[in-house]
Amino acid sequence: MSDTLLSVQGVETYYGNIRALAGVDVEVKKGEIACLIGANGAGKSTLMMTICGSPQARTGSVIFEGRDITRMPTHEIARLRIAQSPEGRRIFPRMTVYENLQMGASLDNLKYFNEDVEKIYTLFPRLKERQAQRGGTLSGGEQQMLSIGRALMARPKLLLLDEPSLGLAPLIVKQIFDAIKVLNQEQGLTVFLVEQNAFAALKLSDRAYVMVNGKVTMRGTGKELLANPEVRAAYLEGGRH
Amino acid sequence: MANITTNPESAGGSLTARALREGFYAGIVSLGLFVLFVGLETTQNIRNELVLRQRWGLLLTFVLVAAVGRFLTVAYVRPWVAARKAAAVARVRDESAPDSFFKRNFNAIAIVALILYPILAMLIFGVQGSLKWVDNFGIQILIYVMLAWGLNIVVGLAGLLDLGYVAFYAVGAYSYALLSQHFGFSFWVLLPLAGILAAFWGMILGFPVLRLKGDYLAIVTLAFGEIIRLVLINWTEVTRGTFGISSIPKASVFGIWSFDVGAANNFAKVFGLPMSSAYYKVFLFYLILALALLTAYVTIRLRRMPVGRAWEALREDEIACRSLGINTVTTKLTAFSIGAMFGGFAGSFFAVRQGFVSPESFVFLESAIILSIVVLGGMGSLVGIAVAAAVMVGGTELLREMQFLKQIFGPDFTPELYRMLIFGLAMVIVMVWKPRGFVGSREPTAFLKERKAVSGSFTKEGHG
Ligand SMILES: Nc1ncnc2c1ncn2[C@@H]1O[C@H](COP(=O)(O)OP(=O)(O)OP(=O)(O)O)[C@@H](O)[C@H]1O
Ligand SMILES: [Mg+2]
Repeated sequence: MSDTLLSVQGVETYYGNIRALAGVDVEVKKGEIACLIGANGAGKSTLMMTICGSPQARTGSVIFEGRDITRMPTHEIARLRIAQSPEGRRIFPRMTVYENLQMGASLDNLKYFNEDVEKIYTLFPRLKERQAQRGGTLSGGEQQMLSIGRALMARPKLLLLDEPSLGLAPLIVKQIFDAIKVLNQEQGLTVFLVEQNAFAALKLSDRAYVMVNGKVTMRGTGKELLANPEVRAAYLEGGRH
Repeated sequence: MANITTNPESAGGSLTARALREGFYAGIVSLGLFVLFVGLETTQNIRNELVLRQRWGLLLTFVLVAAVGRFLTVAYVRPWVAARKAAAVARVRDESAPDSFFKRNFNAIAIVALILYPILAMLIFGVQGSLKWVDNFGIQILIYVMLAWGLNIVVGLAGLLDLGYVAFYAVGAYSYALLSQHFGFSFWVLLPLAGILAAFWGMILGFPVLRLKGDYLAIVTLAFGEIIRLVLINWTEVTRGTFGISSIPKASVFGIWSFDVGAANNFAKVFGLPMSSAYYKVFLFYLILALALLTAYVTIRLRRMPVGRAWEALREDEIACRSLGINTVTTKLTAFSIGAMFGGFAGSFFAVRQGFVSPESFVFLESAIILSIVVLGGMGSLVGIAVAAAVMVGGTELLREMQFLKQIFGPDFTPELYRMLIFGLAMVIVMVWKPRGFVGSREPTAFLKERKAVSGSFTKEGHG
């Protein structure tokens, strides 16, 4: 049994008076791919952001590598090597692709930049073609690749991906999921992803969670949830099989 | 404006007719607008009675300017602009063509030209005649270039809208004025000290506004600028209030040569030159040129360093910054304090140049002018900002020279009073013509072999 990298225990997060997370328990073990699925507004992105400390959890705790990070400021959490490709991508629109990737490597002050940027370019050759182009002028899919690439530049121990397949053509989705698998298998990268594309995500994942109204209602391995009739009815019927 | 597509040749006659008609309408409209404002003036006579003075001549001038201006616009300017646009479309842009020699070495050429400028002015206009050129045009413009470059760090790079920048200028100026008078420190000691003090005040401003952005930040910084000014006015024991501080000592060439008339090491005496204040002005010119270049150099260097990259990233997306491990608190504070430091340098230079400081020099209008120069230049672009400063400040100085306008508008007309009008007009024109300022596209800091950066005007602000 591998050891726990991230554990979220009884976390409640509020936006003002609105409770977005109502006591969430989630665990991600080292070297695995975990995924979180759920309807719109369930609180998935809120959980991702809470792990990064913005907003902070009101109760409960977030433990990373045995360390309580619940009350840490976001930039210090990032320094523990938790990288995120957030919802809405949030790349720097007026900076070039190359500069965006540089920003990703600011933790190590560009020490491994040249080496790492080549890896990103092999993963997403499209980014290499576009390296001098401004981020804001990239297509949606290219921006998604850039957002993931930028997160990877930080040499993360834990990579949080919020809907990496959002708005992408099926072929690109496959590319991105393949890339995630490669990163996980070859470099042992731990990935925690949120997906609407439940089928692909569950198939890929060692561990999976279903979130409804700010609570985790189901958990299991990816395969188990794939076979679960409730999950099939709510998230898979009508989707791609 | 609707149909500029009409063929000018076939429509030549109708175009003139239309221009005449529109010119006539413009005249009527301006007559209606100005008849009460310009045509009639109420003044008080000796017995304190209100009397009506009629100024039909001036009114006629206003109406004629409007009518003729409209006529010329419709008949000549618009067809010319349309033709140019068509030509520009027809001309296929050759992207791969290498830049011309001038373009490639623009910075070096500009710096050499600036270094030669006072010498040329002296050669052409004589020692005494060069005064106006070196002082009014040279120093005055360079002060604003430096201030705008300093503010550019805060507004252009870090994206923090600061409407109270003049406060740091004031801190620098008063630091020099007070410390030199009370302790007799020389300029060269006080210059860095004034910078440090201003940087310190930059931090003081920075702390309370850390969580603010955009319009909210602008309001608080505006208030900060006013607070500093009001303190200067009201803390009379130290600042002497509205009287200001006068007879501030001059700067010397590193203590080697002085510009005080009586001093043994007076510059002109040492070199056997005739006494003139022009030498001091030339020295000040080089001093502010060096300070401005220092600002530019530091800005360019910082942009390539982690802190500079963090500033620019902060401007684009604060949340993304934090999740990349950037401490936004220190990033903002460094932007405020480094920007303020250059404001402080410029302030102590200002004190040395004027020999007199009073709160009147540090009103909100100054902040607004500096900010408009930054915006006009294209936020973040050093060259654009320098051009904007030269055009705006040089333009208002030029107005002073335009005494011939008195012939048109009557002897009471003082062109300087209209400088803000010109400033505003120029700003509107530039913003219509180039919405992102003179140099709108951001220059990447990482240079790749093939530079294919897409022009800034295609890039949306915010998240793509
Ligand atoms: N900044 C905010 N202020 C107030 N309420 C918010 C804020 N962000 C999210 N919420 C609310 O919190 C709830 C959870 O939002 P969240 O973005 O986490 O959903 P999600 O599961 O990621 O949905 P989606 O699949 O559509 O991305 C929603 O009801 C949303 O309206
Ligand atoms: Mg979401």
